[in-house]
Amino acid sequence: MSAEFQYALVGVGLFSLGLYALIVHAHLLRKILALNVMGTGVFLLLVALARRTGEAQPDSVPHAMVITGIVVAVSATALALTLMLKLSGATGRAELPDEEQE
Amino acid sequence: MIRNRWLLFPLLLALVLGLSYAVLSLPDQAAGLQKIAADKIEASGVSNPVTAVLLNFRGYDTLLETVVLLVALLGVWSLGGTDLRREIAPGPVLDTLARLLVPVLILVAAYLLWIGAHAPGGAFQAGAVLGAAGVLLLLAGWRPRAALMAWPVRLVIVAGPAVFMAMAALLYGLEGQLLEYPPAKAGTLILVLETVATVSIGATLAALFLGCRPPNKKEHS
Repeated sequence: MSAEFQYALVGVGLFSLGLYALIVHAHLLRKILALNVMGTGVFLLLVALARRTGEAQPDSVPHAMVITGIVVAVSATALALTLMLKLSGATGRAELPDEEQE
Repeated sequence: MIRNRWLLFPLLLALVLGLSYAVLSLPDQAAGLQKIAADKIEASGVSNPVTAVLLNFRGYDTLLETVVLLVALLGVWSLGGTDLRREIAPGPVLDTLARLLVPVLILVAAYLLWIGAHAPGGAFQAGAVLGAAGVLLLLAGWRPRAALMAWPVRLVIVAGPAVFMAMAALLYGLEGQLLEYPPAKAGTLILVLETVATVSIGATLAALFLGCRPPNKKEHS
């Protein structure tokens, strides 16, 4: 198995790990971190698979998409963290209400 | 939550196996768009293929991406300030480090911006470094004055998307296509766009970290 596919599988692993954490943890900070780990998995997958050109130069289009995606992920994370701070300021806890518990 | 965990693991395992199968069933070699991009690189005005794709071939992606940054910042501002971050007195180490590092970071950002035309680098990397310099300053206790936040910061933040859109409209009028640069001037136009985008991205990232909305004219006059 070539190196590209090994890195791509690590990307799949990161994505699934993030998804697991997203489902299991109720605290919103952990959910935001989990979403970031999932996004990192997707970026790694894209960058790794872009190397399959068979030349020295990897495909530049996925690379450009990833670099755009990183900046968007950072800004979305900042917005999510602000929402979380506002929620915990309003309700006193950084978790979404669980309907089954009420 | 606990009682569902026995169901969760098989489902996640199925997802991992499915995704792994999908990845491994891809062909070993795929040219993708690399050939098309490499053939047109001469006309793009830059020799780094990633910069060529970002600013030339798929310039509208980058245009919309700067708008996404602006919208995220507007979202943070519209939620009002977060007063959880208390004023901190930095120790002498952080204070000195910030003073030493910020000029270096600005220099690194300028270098990354310039080198982006023909090697890895470009507006986003340089913008991220500038943003990091801003975050370092904010952590060291520096706060922009109200007069600075009132309109200079807003102007810098809006400048990225605004200059990008103006360039797109201008080139649409001249060349008949959105963001289609004339090959002879493409390098210069891309450098202008990238310079404005770098400063704008850096300011936006630092403002996202600061979190609080700049005061309105009414509020601080």
